Amino acid sequence: MSTAFDHPEYNYKVVRQFAIMTVVWGVVGMAVGVLIAAQLAWPQLNFDTPWFSFGRLRPLHTNAVIFAFGGCALFATSYYIVQRTCHTRLFSDTLASFTFWGWQAVIVAAAITLPMGMTSTKEYAELEWPIDILVTLVWVSYVVNFLGTLAIRKESHIYVANWFFAAFMIMIAILYVGNNLAVPVSLTKSYSVWAGTVDAMIQWWWGHNAVGFFLTAGFLGIMYYFVPKQAGRPVYSYRLSIVHFWALISIYVWAGAHHLHYSALPDWAQTSGMVMSLILLAPSWGGMINGMMTLSGAWHKLRTDPILRFLVVSLSFYGMSTFEGPMMSIKTVNALSHNTDWTIGHVHSGALGWVAMVSIGALYHLIPIMFGRKAGEMWSIGLINLHFWLATIGTVLYIAAMWVNGIMQGLMWRAVNEDGSLKYSFVESVEASHGGYVVRVLGGAFFLTGMLIMLFNVYMTTRDAKKEAAVAAA
Amino acid sequence: MRGLGSVFALIAFLSVIWWAYGPSRRKRFKDDGDIPFRDNSEMPARDDKDRSK
Repeated sequence: MSTAFDHPEYNYKVVRQFAIMTVVWGVVGMAVGVLIAAQLAWPQLNFDTPWFSFGRLRPLHTNAVIFAFGGCALFATSYYIVQRTCHTRLFSDTLASFTFWGWQAVIVAAAITLPMGMTSTKEYAELEWPIDILVTLVWVSYVVNFLGTLAIRKESHIYVANWFFAAFMIMIAILYVGNNLAVPVSLTKSYSVWAGTVDAMIQWWWGHNAVGFFLTAGFLGIMYYFVPKQAGRPVYSYRLSIVHFWALISIYVWAGAHHLHYSALPDWAQTSGMVMSLILLAPSWGGMINGMMTLSGAWHKLRTDPILRFLVVSLSFYGMSTFEGPMMSIKTVNALSHNTDWTIGHVHSGALGWVAMVSIGALYHLIPIMFGRKAGEMWSIGLINLHFWLATIGTVLYIAAMWVNGIMQGLMWRAVNEDGSLKYSFVESVEASHGGYVVRVLGGAFFLTGMLIMLFNVYMTTRDAKKEAAVAAA
Repeated sequence: MRGLGSVFALIAFLSVIWWAYGPSRRKRFKDDGDIPFRDNSEMPARDDKDRSK
């Protein structure tokens, strides 16, 4: 990419690369999401082809949106924020470049192996051992580069966003390696070293913290930098952000057991997972309120600034899903919601509403800067606004459809006749879910259309910027 | 032992609150919250336009 936009002090190249790829992988990952949603609504779309079937494409979707889209967003923003709040260039340009190309290689490897059916079968950790080793190498380089940059900082205090990023990457390193420990039997097959109930607990120790650290702590780092920047005022309470940080990271690691309610996991472990999940509401809402209140006195900006609107609505969805999560972890509620579409709806209220929207807002702020323009100076502000409404309506359609489906399924599965026999067969609940599945496809299509508009807007912004740079150079 | 764990967690939590809300650190944390605004050269050096619009 053009060197005309390189910053004299900071490494903007790696930020620019990751930022562009965030948009690209966002489109790809969400397109696969819409496809598999359509396969659930119209099963003929599986075409009786193994590699094109829902079972193989679903992990492709989750890996693409979490690790390709979300991962690239985290790399781009963390590299940007750490340089700008430490007032120093990245510790190592070579390591930065390695993390970019290494991460892209991981994504391509995942996109090839998952449809081929090569999987370790652990949710959000499906990649087989050779790819795991590459992930680990990239991740360690990332951690070294990030912490190295903190070590050479010129600002005496480490800004709170960097604390969240550091916690996220260190915890993910520990959890990812711990959960993926396996004995290889061939190049493409391995067996976990964990077994039985311990395996399940280790899996959800990882799985819930993929949510807690990858999809929450990292994105809170984004929030603590980009909300103040876009609103033009410092965070509402810096002191609250310190309590928020320590409370959130100390509690999140204990909540994973709520994925295993009513399983073979010892009852005390299930209950402690539930209690920790309930306590988690406090730091989650503390952070959400801190972000929201940053706008106090600047609420009028929401009328004219669609980027700020993305950021603030993402916080609303964050507040909503971090209320819903603890509620669903209560064992009696979970007895209704477990294994239903309610869970899928909950995940997407967090993933679309919070993670994707806060990333999109940050990218609209960041990408123009990467191409020598002012913050937020995209080719078209109108298209950002259109994207905002498509994303919001799409998310609401999605989660509303899944609430209806999930509660209906839960009620149908537990309904019994007077003689104690089940009132409905399983397939009857599937049939009754069809309407919700169609609405979900529609919601997903709205969200995807928004991402395509974003891709176009980004392309036009870079095209204009390159023209301007060429004129300036002539 | 379990009781001790809870006591330790409570002490740790109260210490964080004491650290964050201690009056002697009020000004310091206010300044730290301004860090994102201390460096406004978002754009490459060739662009010297004022971004405060």
